[in-house]
Amino acid sequence: MNTSIVDPKNLVYAKPELMNDNQMHYCPGCSHGVVHKLIAEIIDEMGLREKTIAIAPVGCAVFAYDYVDIDWQEAAHGRAPAVATAIKRLCPDKMVFTYQGDGDLAAIGTAETIHAANRGENIAIIFINNGIYGMTGGQMAPTTLSKMKTSTTPNGRDTYENGYPLKITDLLAQLEGVCFATRQSVHTAPAVKKAKRMIAKAFQNSLDGKGTSIVEIVSTCNAGWKMTPAGANDWMVDNMFPVYPIGDLKDI
Amino acid sequence: MAKVKGTVVVDVERCKGCDLCVVSCPCDVLELQPREVNQKGYHYVYMKNEDACIGCANCGYVCPDACLTIYKQKNITTDTAK
Amino acid sequence: MKGNEAVAHAAIRLGVDGYFGYPITPQSEILETLMAEAPWKTTGMVVLQAESETASINMVYGGAGCGKAVMTSSSSPGLSLMQEGLSYLAAGSLPCLVINVMRGGPGLGTIQPSQSDYFQTVKGGGHGDYKMVTLAPASVQEMSDFVGLGFELAFKHSTPVMILTDGVIGQMMEKVKLPEFRRRRTEEEIRKQCPWATLGKTPDRKPNIITTLELDAHAMERININLQEKYRKIEESEIRYQEIDCDDMDYLIVAFGSAARISQKAAELAKAEGIKVGIIRPITLWPYPSDIINQYASKVKGILTVEFNAGQMVEDVRLAVNGKVPVEHFGRLGGIIPTPFEVVSALKQKLIK
Repeated sequence: MNTSIVDPKNLVYAKPELMNDNQMHYCPGCSHGVVHKLIAEIIDEMGLREKTIAIAPVGCAVFAYDYVDIDWQEAAHGRAPAVATAIKRLCPDKMVFTYQGDGDLAAIGTAETIHAANRGENIAIIFINNGIYGMTGGQMAPTTLSKMKTSTTPNGRDTYENGYPLKITDLLAQLEGVCFATRQSVHTAPAVKKAKRMIAKAFQNSLDGKGTSIVEIVSTCNAGWKMTPAGANDWMVDNMFPVYPIGDLKDI
Repeated sequence: MAKVKGTVVVDVERCKGCDLCVVSCPCDVLELQPREVNQKGYHYVYMKNEDACIGCANCGYVCPDACLTIYKQKNITTDTAK
Repeated sequence: MKGNEAVAHAAIRLGVDGYFGYPITPQSEILETLMAEAPWKTTGMVVLQAESETASINMVYGGAGCGKAVMTSSSSPGLSLMQEGLSYLAAGSLPCLVINVMRGGPGLGTIQPSQSDYFQTVKGGGHGDYKMVTLAPASVQEMSDFVGLGFELAFKHSTPVMILTDGVIGQMMEKVKLPEFRRRRTEEEIRKQCPWATLGKTPDRKPNIITTLELDAHAMERININLQEKYRKIEESEIRYQEIDCDDMDYLIVAFGSAARISQKAAELAKAEGIKVGIIRPITLWPYPSDIINQYASKVKGILTVEFNAGQMVEDVRLAVNGKVPVEHFGRLGGIIPTPFEVVSALKQKLIK
């Protein structure tokens, strides 16, 4: 290592200040960590430390509150958008966002998600879609791809039996209460930078009272998918992106 | 002319050896320790090829565990007056 | 005004921050009255019709986690849906007010009045070891008063409070003196009163985290022990009941809410026949007035509980009495309100013989 370079004036990238020193419980290579970092960076850069109230889901990210030093509420499974609704209505000057996985947002919490969005609640929803239930051990999610193997679809998701991958962000984009719906990923540096801009926009929308914003992050769960982290990224590009294409679905 | 030089400082104990930084590096700077492990038993990342680092921070952006700190310096060799 | 309307007016006047609810008979007047009064234009109170009772109770969770005075109301089937949220609210030690205007069950049941959610309310309808302070009003005046009392107890003990009432009290019209207007607390006041509230992390403190998750069994046991200690404290300080004609009685009726009012009429009828009947009306169903019932047990020949259910509170009376005297139950089911005459004849049949 060239130690002469190691000087604060030469710093170009570091762990965000708002992220504490707790080691994250996520599996090696999990996308959650990258998105947590982005949230921590954005809140700091936008000066929202004292204005942010975040809602953690049930699922792998249930412990999100252990890593980013802001005020958090941990909601019951799927209920984060209802919890966020009340917080934002009662504290309209705060920036309120939920952080939810596909099972939380698109299965057990579908009603809360759709109705919060339909009311145009001024909240941001960060939606991690990795097509599987990570925490409980790799069961089928509503977003699981057709033919994808999970512990509850050991022979692959049979759409005749189990229905189809739920494109919930597309559904949400149809709602008049939604001001911003986008689908991003965090598997490369440029993708991470783009995702960061999108999350920042969603946060700004919450502050500006423009309506509901949803940022879907198409993610990997390499442990659940039984792949290497790098292999999972490649698989995501080849298999997830065709079903969940990256890009803005709505921006008004 | 100016030549860009970078370096990566690894928080060895935070690293889980996921390899995502290694594959993200455009200059083939990083590698997972082939034998050594940290206290949690992960083969952590290290700079195999220090001189090749340009400080682009790609590794930092994709690191899920926020264990990389990146520095960059324009290493001025000649023509400082210009 | 109606009991349900009194709740709505009291909430506005007491500076409640938010109401979140879903329509269900026989309590929809609470939401309707609030919407008609539009308090967001005056006090700033938020009123929202949610998409379900599940959403309502979780909105209450969110608001309560911010230290706000928030409430919801529903009727029996809606309360079944809310049990998940109530367990979380109790686990999170979050103050809030929930009103159950009971109707006959089980299932979709009937829209007529009932008291068959006693077990669900005082024995913990959701999962885990928790208790909910439960107030049982017997008049429209108490419907109004208990909004204030409910929030007072909720914030004093940092715990959810339930007003358990029924379609009779909710729908009947009586004169009522509403509370004086009180402004809503400022954010600064809430931060002071509820230092745990999630209102945005200030530099002088660590992040506030509202969570009910603890994977370490030892730490989870500690959380449970703390909850139980809080419940013992509430049992010591918050028992409320009303005694009617207990100075000189041969028989004791124990009844709450509208059943207590019918029992009062029945006691008058019995008196005319020379039967001396006193009444204890538990106002708090949890914590339960076991001691006073136990004390009177040695002075009477028998105790009758009158409930609009198949016999629920009677179990708590039997526990309180511990075999000292016969304890019988009389009730009608499925939304039928017994007449005072029926109560008197039940008393004779079951106890006097």
